[in-house]
Amino acid sequence: MADLSSYKFTKTHEWVRRDGDTAEVGITDHAQSQLGDVIFLDLPEVGAELVAGERFGTIESVKAASELYAPVSGTVSEINPALGSTPEAVNQAPYTDGWMLRLSAVAEGSAELLDEAAYKELAGE
Amino acid sequence: MTTEQAIRHTPLYERHLALGGAMVPFAGYSMPQQYTGIREEHTAVRQRAGMFDISHMGEVMLTGPGAEATLQLLCANDVSRLEDGQALYGVMCNENGGIVDDIIVYRDSATEFMVVINAACRDGDIAWMRDHLGEATEFVDISDATALIAVQGPRAVAIVDAICDADLTALDTFHCTQGSVAGIAARISRTGYTGEDGVELYVAADDAVAVWDSVLTAGAGEGLVACGLGARDTLRLEAGLRLYGQDMDITNDPISSAIGWTVKLDKGVDCIGATALRAIDRKAPPQRFVGLEFEGRSIARHGQRVISAGSDAGEITSGTFSFTLGRGIATARIRGDADPSDLAVDIRGTVTAARTVALPFYRRPALQETTRG
Repeated sequence: MADLSSYKFTKTHEWVRRDGDTAEVGITDHAQSQLGDVIFLDLPEVGAELVAGERFGTIESVKAASELYAPVSGTVSEINPALGSTPEAVNQAPYTDGWMLRLSAVAEGSAELLDEAAYKELAGE
Repeated sequence: MTTEQAIRHTPLYERHLALGGAMVPFAGYSMPQQYTGIREEHTAVRQRAGMFDISHMGEVMLTGPGAEATLQLLCANDVSRLEDGQALYGVMCNENGGIVDDIIVYRDSATEFMVVINAACRDGDIAWMRDHLGEATEFVDISDATALIAVQGPRAVAIVDAICDADLTALDTFHCTQGSVAGIAARISRTGYTGEDGVELYVAADDAVAVWDSVLTAGAGEGLVACGLGARDTLRLEAGLRLYGQDMDITNDPISSAIGWTVKLDKGVDCIGATALRAIDRKAPPQRFVGLEFEGRSIARHGQRVISAGSDAGEITSGTFSFTLGRGIATARIRGDADPSDLAVDIRGTVTAARTVALPFYRRPALQETTRG
């Protein structure tokens, strides 16, 4: 299990790891477990502006399609290039290889974020 | 909570929990959607073997000198063509030709038949069948006394054969035999819902756990895994098989559902709905049931709209990602006059081009001769 002390979590099961004004975004292990086999991700393009709390994409598993919500505001600087051909990385390593977006110019404000302990309580773990 | 009290368990419920099954409500039962993952379970069945608890399915016995005549009335397929130990896929229709359920009929003898019905339709089917029993026909619902375990995949028959007293390799497709599996009496049927070779084991409910454990042990060295309803659905859709309640229901007739081959209107006696079914133009039915493939990984879902030449042409009945083909597949019910070469699907606001393909999407290598009644 990854060390999650530097991660923050949304109530909609995304995670964000901030480093100065950059950040990395993905979904939690609980989320990937609930979704099951991830098949397809509809993610914004590089340069897109994310707004904290607003929808930024869709993740689709065999079971269902789910919306993705931005934990923070910022500009998309990189999209995980591996997820196009191997979206199962989200299942296998949601906190590391399964990252979705990298952001730059991350703003100070954010959606309501939980720390690891609070998120685990929310997820019932 | 009332709903939790009402939910039913199959005799294998404790096994599902012990294997870490993710339980979901289905047709009034708590059933495993998956154990390790749909992809893993799906692939096991295509390449090796998988085992499914489908004890939620219903079974009824129709016996007596009038049983065959009753079934000829109830079922649109021709039950009189069955020999002892043979099975037949068909539909029961109402007077309008609407499908009451799709069923499998087994002939045990000239006066003994077993009918397998969908779990979600069980109460309605039983009422319908009881209302239409002909003379000299006894009807018994054996659903609760019967467990059903499907073992499917290229290694499935060999796995069960190794612990069975009957020679299953000699058992024809769509035939069954009485035998003992790990010393337990079973009806062993060479049928399934995955597009693979395999058997379905009908056993007494009290014996279900012992049979399940025995097959799991026998198959461990062959890569057999327990599979849930999620993989069952992706497998059956690749194999082009219908799911009642999703692909078709009482408002649809079998001809417009592309299973007109099960409708025998010249069998010498009219089934219920024969007049309505006869009135449907088989070459130009009001609706068509078609297979669709997508470029890439788009997944169409039940109820999404199908568009032809810019206008609404019908809807998706089932859709998934085909692990075997590596792309999205779906079935759709479209207007009979819609151009099948120009179809797209509105997937959550994105109009996605689709290619119409013949069903099934997947056919197993070296397909054995299949008896299609």
